[in-house]
Amino acid sequence: MEPLSTTAFLVSAAVKVLVIFTVWLLVVAGVTLAERKVAAWIQDRSGPNRVGPWGVLQPIADGIKNFVKEEHIPGGASRILFHLAPVMAMFPAFVVFAVIPVAAPLPTPWGLVEVIIADLPIGFLFVLALASLGVYGLTLGGWASNSKYSFLGGVRASAQMISYEVALGLSLVPIFMLAGNVTLPEMVRQQQNSLWYILPLMVGFLFFSVSYFAETNRMPFDMVEAESELVYGFHTEYSAMKFAMFMMAEYANLVTASALMATFFFGGWDIPFWTGDNISVAADGAVVGAVPAWWITLLTAASFAAKTGFFIFVFMWVRWTVPRFRYDQVMSLGWKVLIPMSVVYVAILGAAMLALDAAGIEFGVRYALSLTAINVVLMAGIVFWLDRRRIILGAAWRQVRPQQARSRG
Amino acid sequence: MAIGVKTVERPEVGASYLRATLKGMALTFKHLVRPITVSQQYPEEKYELSPRMRGTHRMAVHEDGRAKCVACGLCPTICPANCIKLIPAEDENGERYAAVYEIDEFRCIFCGYCQEVCPVEAIHLGVHYEAAEYSRERFVYDLERLCAQDHPYTQLWDPEDPASQ
Repeated sequence: MEPLSTTAFLVSAAVKVLVIFTVWLLVVAGVTLAERKVAAWIQDRSGPNRVGPWGVLQPIADGIKNFVKEEHIPGGASRILFHLAPVMAMFPAFVVFAVIPVAAPLPTPWGLVEVIIADLPIGFLFVLALASLGVYGLTLGGWASNSKYSFLGGVRASAQMISYEVALGLSLVPIFMLAGNVTLPEMVRQQQNSLWYILPLMVGFLFFSVSYFAETNRMPFDMVEAESELVYGFHTEYSAMKFAMFMMAEYANLVTASALMATFFFGGWDIPFWTGDNISVAADGAVVGAVPAWWITLLTAASFAAKTGFFIFVFMWVRWTVPRFRYDQVMSLGWKVLIPMSVVYVAILGAAMLALDAAGIEFGVRYALSLTAINVVLMAGIVFWLDRRRIILGAAWRQVRPQQARSRG
Repeated sequence: MAIGVKTVERPEVGASYLRATLKGMALTFKHLVRPITVSQQYPEEKYELSPRMRGTHRMAVHEDGRAKCVACGLCPTICPANCIKLIPAEDENGERYAAVYEIDEFRCIFCGYCQEVCPVEAIHLGVHYEAAEYSRERFVYDLERLCAQDHPYTQLWDPEDPASQ
């Protein structure tokens, strides 16, 4: 098929932005409801069920309520930053989704359209950069509120997000080594042609998910909000729509995190055990693999939605299961455990890849399976050896040990 | 449905975190898929209240609609919260009646002494709790309003066990 003309490219880009962004906003709204429903079901309650059938219109009711509520600005607040902070929090959360491929390329009369808003050559680096920007909204919100609880929340936000960003980046280095690229469509294509990265990079997935939980400030790492300590953290003083904007940013980050997990480790829009969707576009514009069709695009979009939805559910499931860490435990997990372990992991996998290349094994299923074997061993080591010694030490660690020694001796 | 409370033994120092998390997640998932819910759909379903529940007041009336109150003054005297305002009056037959009888339900502590002390069984507490209003003034119930209430009277004791044994 012909490459797109400039006009067709511009029109298709506008349409993609409109469609993906609209769907995505609806998903973000739906996720707020889903969170409350999942929380209710886990706690044997029934959840919101008053607005519309099964409460499906609850997000709309919440939105209307937030628009008409009184807006309060605390005295002594830094007004400009106070107004700016919700925007600063929301903007990166909303823009990140642009680099995630949503479905297989869609054939149109004007050419083949990739279903991704912006196929940036820097791919994941863009995600990392904007995730770092997100911390400004939280910190500024905490600082501008002129409240000690908000301020502590903001300080925690900056400390935590900056620490876990390192681990986040390091946990993805094996993917870059394996895919040889940082753009997300390329990673999806690589996973279609070998195995989903969850198998050859199992440990990486563990590190990535833990760091992304911390990066999105979700339980068990929501030190930033920590309502039992900090009232509501950095958005204690926010009300009405500004509060809603912070919440939207949080849920937008949640959806993005789930989409990224699906893309990096679970094949993105790939449908498993089926080669009919292995479509990619070579550098010269030629279509490689199966013939694109609109129904393949729809099916792959559904597959992507299912995977993303599953991870959104996992995020909620964890939130309503695991209690919050203590602040020093969060920091020690980040700096003393995740960062050194991911560095070691990068070294081990790098050595393994060098060895495989030296052995002359082509990149493909066999290559991935050999890496899987190494990962299974590492995973077992982490679960049965490192974790048995308790990665995160309890508060009673120092007191209990001498007593035990005494009782034994 | 009774909710069982289990006492959990604290994990030892060398306990695992990852596996404990997975175990906890298995437990919450069990609850997630369980169709049981303890929520009560409030306006449609309501609690079955005990006949001894002490809620907002109700004044007993004669068949002709007059309040039974004889304005003896015992209830404002015994009221520990001082929430009953009573101004007695006498009609042309020489019978005492309450010219003003107001109960401030905000001050009331629902102890039931007024009902217990009343010699003519006129003032009662009621088995009733939905007392929401749009203004504070509306919580001062006057005689007319007390007579118009139609919820059941509170029983101060169980007739089968009067000494509450």
